[in-house]
Amino acid sequence: MRQLQASDSIAMNATAIKVRGLSKSFGPVNAVVNLDLQVPRSTIYGFLGPNGSGKSTTIRMLCGLIIPTAGEIEVLGYAIPEQAEELRRKVGYMTQKFSLYEDLTAQQNLDFIAGIYNLSRSHKKRRIHEVTERFGLAHFLSQLTGSLSGGQKQRLALAAATLHEPELLFLDEPTSAVDPENRRAFWETLFDLVSEGTTILVSTHYMDEAERCHELAILDQGILVAQGSPEQLTRDIAAQVLLVIADQPRRVSKVLEAASFVHSTAQIGNSLRVLVDKHLAEPEKAVNQLIANAGFNPVQCRLSSASLEDVFVAATQARKLARNKRP
Amino acid sequence: MKALQRIFAIFLKELRQLRRDRLTFGMIVVLPVVQLLLFGYAINNDPRHIQAAVADLSATAASRQYVMDLSQSQVIDIIAQADSAEELEDMMRKGQISVGIFVPEDFERRLQQPDRAAVQMLLDGSDTVVQGAISRLGQSSRLSPYYDQPGKVEMRTFYNPERRSAVNTVPGLIGIILTMTMTLFTAVAIVRERERGNLELLITTPVGIPELMLAKILPYILIGLLQVSLVLLLGHWLFQVPLRGSLWDVYQVSLLFIIANLAMGLMISTIARNQFQAMQLTMFILLPSILLSGFMFPFAGMPKLAQWIAEILPMTHFMRLIRGVVLRGADLSDLTREMLILGGFIVLAMSFAILRFKKRLD
Repeated sequence: MRQLQASDSIAMNATAIKVRGLSKSFGPVNAVVNLDLQVPRSTIYGFLGPNGSGKSTTIRMLCGLIIPTAGEIEVLGYAIPEQAEELRRKVGYMTQKFSLYEDLTAQQNLDFIAGIYNLSRSHKKRRIHEVTERFGLAHFLSQLTGSLSGGQKQRLALAAATLHEPELLFLDEPTSAVDPENRRAFWETLFDLVSEGTTILVSTHYMDEAERCHELAILDQGILVAQGSPEQLTRDIAAQVLLVIADQPRRVSKVLEAASFVHSTAQIGNSLRVLVDKHLAEPEKAVNQLIANAGFNPVQCRLSSASLEDVFVAATQARKLARNKRP
Repeated sequence: MKALQRIFAIFLKELRQLRRDRLTFGMIVVLPVVQLLLFGYAINNDPRHIQAAVADLSATAASRQYVMDLSQSQVIDIIAQADSAEELEDMMRKGQISVGIFVPEDFERRLQQPDRAAVQMLLDGSDTVVQGAISRLGQSSRLSPYYDQPGKVEMRTFYNPERRSAVNTVPGLIGIILTMTMTLFTAVAIVRERERGNLELLITTPVGIPELMLAKILPYILIGLLQVSLVLLLGHWLFQVPLRGSLWDVYQVSLLFIIANLAMGLMISTIARNQFQAMQLTMFILLPSILLSGFMFPFAGMPKLAQWIAEILPMTHFMRLIRGVVLRGADLSDLTREMLILGGFIVLAMSFAILRFKKRLD
């Protein structure tokens, strides 16, 4: 009966998560500030941000593990934290720190999770078989979990989080202990899950992962600084991107950063990636002028298309500039 | 000199870390103070105010004078009057008194006959310290100031006439072992999951808090019962500790006590933040359980404050129960009060643990 009601409300509603004015303070520290979110169903929604930007805190609030200081949360039609218990069966949560039992075997961990979620004997057998196939667990099922590699642990954790076929999956920095190859494979399985109708909310600080998300929220010090699909974000970036090739990139970058229209510089090999004001006319000229004035040789300088990292830097930098330049 | 600097760096780091760990910091002060007080007050091998009852069948001026002399020694407190020796024995089996003074009808006549005992003292031998104190009292008491003859007091020791200390130590040892292992196991069990991060996963599942608590203590109940059996068997084989009551009663009493300790462990686990703190708190419970429960020193000899503290500890009530059943052959119906107190403790401790444990992280 309860299940019927829940699925009804979801059918009417294509939004998996709705958040309005969400805030959380730990004493004097504002971990999350006035956050608004809409996560559509059957998509991968990414939280991109550095450590301490409020990603984990937000995910924990969405799960009902932390009580917000202010704001409203609705997850799969349930008001959180009031109806957190009803939500539990419909969500899977993969914690940032590996949280299965290291002194049990992989199989024993899966058995345990199946028991906690009340899977019947036959259902449990079928599901464990399915996740074993999907995540390639077969060759280490009988191994002690503590002795598994980072990638194996992560696959097992995802298998455990999806064992009860949740509609919504929270993944808190799932790939932090995983090599690039395993990360690719991991993301392929995420898209498999999405194609079956699962909604996934994933937090990361890797740009290549963020690029794969359907939609992104960029968080900085608890504040939502940009939101949209990766394409939208790189198109609507609040800066122009210049590629500057210089003989003495370290010293040139010092000169550039002192200028008020330069948001930031980043060195990549011998070249510099420079973000300048969006409204600056003829940015190549302005940059060359600056460098000549400082007594350096003329440099090669051309406009480039923005990457997600540029978006991230521009979005977080804009706030810093606004703060610093305020009298 | 460089070594000195490095030593100082580590020294400073240790102090700074210690300051952050408030509970440990508190223990540094609290533990020695509590230990000193416990030992200072509890150690009393010359107990006073041992509970006694009198059956004075002669009811003469001389007999009343004799009983008054005894109670003025302050070694015993006369808390009840009885009509017969049987009634005295009954009160002793129930643990109400440790000494029974029986004055026969022909008390005055017996006083004239130096070869016959004029008074009989019944005493509970399950505590050897109490036994010793009463023996000394019996020997030193002048039977009568009115007669020249010294008169004779007959001592009848019940339950442990040979004064073997193993007999009263082994049943109590069950209590100490259970307090130590049961409390520590559960205290650490939940704290460990929190430390390793397992709890964050667990609380996002549909597991209810009472379910979690119950499931956590169930395996340890079995382990506890196993420990009880082991100590009883070894005590019986190696030290010939008798089992005067029924084995079934021993297990009922032990089960109650095991659950009480597990509940206390759960309570600790909701307070302690890491395994080390959980161990410290367990020690904090264990110490008074050993010293104040009557296991090491007679309960009667302790000052009132120590007795009040002791009444809070499950161990004190278990001591009375297990000694009653194993040594005195008491029936559980004789000891309902202690059973009820243990039951009440379980309810309180479990409620505390369940209410304090939140399915949250903040």
